[in-house]
Amino acid sequence: MKIVVCVKQVPDTETRVRIGPDGRSIVDTDVNWIVSPYDEFAIEEALRIRDAKGGEVVLVTAGPERAQSALRTGLAMGADSAVHVKDAALDATDTAGTARILAGAVRTLAPFDLVLCGQQGVGGDNSQIPGLLAELLDLPQVTVAVKIDVGDGRALVEREIEGGRETWETNLPAMISAQKGLNEPRYASLKGIMSAKKKPIRVVDAAALGLDPAALAPKVRVTALELPPPRAAVQMIEGDPENQARELIRLLHEEAKVI
Amino acid sequence: MPGVLTFGEQRAGKPRRPSLEVVAAARRLADVLGATVSSVLVGPDAAAAAGELASFGADRVHAFEAPALATYATESWARAVAQVVAEIKPRIILFPFTATGKDLAPRVAAKTGAGLASDCVELQLKDGRLVARRPMYAGKAYATVEWTGEPQMASLRPNVFPLGTPDPARRAEVRKGVVDTAARARVTGVTAAERGKVELSEAQIIVSGGRGLKGPEHFHLIEGLAEALGAAVGASRAVVDAGWVDHQLQVGQTGKTVSPTLYVACGISGAIQHLAGMSSSKYIVAINKDPDAPIFKVANYGILGDVFDLLPRLTAAAKAHSTARGA
Repeated sequence: MKIVVCVKQVPDTETRVRIGPDGRSIVDTDVNWIVSPYDEFAIEEALRIRDAKGGEVVLVTAGPERAQSALRTGLAMGADSAVHVKDAALDATDTAGTARILAGAVRTLAPFDLVLCGQQGVGGDNSQIPGLLAELLDLPQVTVAVKIDVGDGRALVEREIEGGRETWETNLPAMISAQKGLNEPRYASLKGIMSAKKKPIRVVDAAALGLDPAALAPKVRVTALELPPPRAAVQMIEGDPENQARELIRLLHEEAKVI
Repeated sequence: MPGVLTFGEQRAGKPRRPSLEVVAAARRLADVLGATVSSVLVGPDAAAAAGELASFGADRVHAFEAPALATYATESWARAVAQVVAEIKPRIILFPFTATGKDLAPRVAAKTGAGLASDCVELQLKDGRLVARRPMYAGKAYATVEWTGEPQMASLRPNVFPLGTPDPARRAEVRKGVVDTAARARVTGVTAAERGKVELSEAQIIVSGGRGLKGPEHFHLIEGLAEALGAAVGASRAVVDAGWVDHQLQVGQTGKTVSPTLYVACGISGAIQHLAGMSSSKYIVAINKDPDAPIFKVANYGILGDVFDLLPRLTAAAKAHSTARGA
């Protein structure tokens, strides 16, 4: 099986967000960059399927120079090769443009059996790339997967929904997006880290993928980015536990009026 | 007439609440624009939901009722919505940011060429164009977004947009639609979670537990208070990663971002990625032994104390409160 995994490099979830001087982006100079956690589930699942059925795992990312370290992380986990799309157009584009770029890169890897993504890129939090990519690549999609069983030409997938799970059946090739709970991603071994340095990363730009720059113009633009409004100071409830409990319930009912 | 189009979810002719919130939001925009509100409903009995949608503001309902559309399939449902988009050319398309909406909206955006902003918490019109506000970094920051073209498509976070007062006298014109129902991936079954459990993202009240509970065997204290308050149960990443509870309960970055009217954090210190996911709650209660716990910085009410002393007493007080109110 040939499995393509789309990965995104994102700020560590522990990052304290500061707004940049342009008022539209975050200060990213002291950010610790990681592979988006949901993409790690996708990489892990791809490796498990490959190890069970044979084949190869190819990583694809779109991002600046630093994004290469996200690919190295995935290669160190055990992926076989990677494609890095690096293009100035990426700075200004949106999810639609990013999906076009990724779709262009994934097409160069055809034929493949499966395309995996994280169900959400941490930070942008759009949850759009899997669906956009599936449509652009004309693939069936199953998103937010917590269980994947790959069979002959099809896969059974469990998907998380509000208050339960859906079972899906899909033809292959398909696009499946990974949710937390799908697996426990492995840590790269020292041997993995060493061998990752020798694994091939193909670097391409949008033109090499045959993409028209006009098609990458953003449809949605961030015009301002702000920190959330500060919250009111805390009112501490004193007394013994019995009185604290009663007083809290009273305040929630009489003052906050929420119960 | 160019207007506002919404996607609605229904089960057995009963629209789901987030879909009604979306129709109500669409109505408010359409009133300013002098436009109509159309809604797409898919599934047998879809038209039966038209009346309720109308009462919240829909002027027209496009119902796709083929038996093959009874269970959700992204491709055929996206085709249905895209067909209506091609027919009525809406300026604005609104989806609920629910499990189904989250799956479907991007596919429709790619089919129709619409720009999509996900998980919006505020919509406004500026010179007749849509301006939205949406959280990024799980709520550590809020972005204002604008669209460069049309259709302007947004998915709306459940539980944030007001329903308003329904007008039972309002009626919607129902149009039945037909679409190719072929799909290469489809739902073959649904397993519901335990009965009576309140879903986190739609809950008005959430009671969450963290490491302060010391072990999974004590998590019933959280469940007890949640039950007494009619609340959903949440958890911090620490206890999810430790395997105490299912990750579906995780609040924060890499879990769910929630905005209930009341969030009760028990034994949760308030790691930055947890605060990101819940600090837009209207009221926050923090119960913690550590006076320096960051959770107190976002809380409205704080109790410095032991969750083992407080939770049983709070549960009893909450039960007494609801009994007194019910009497």
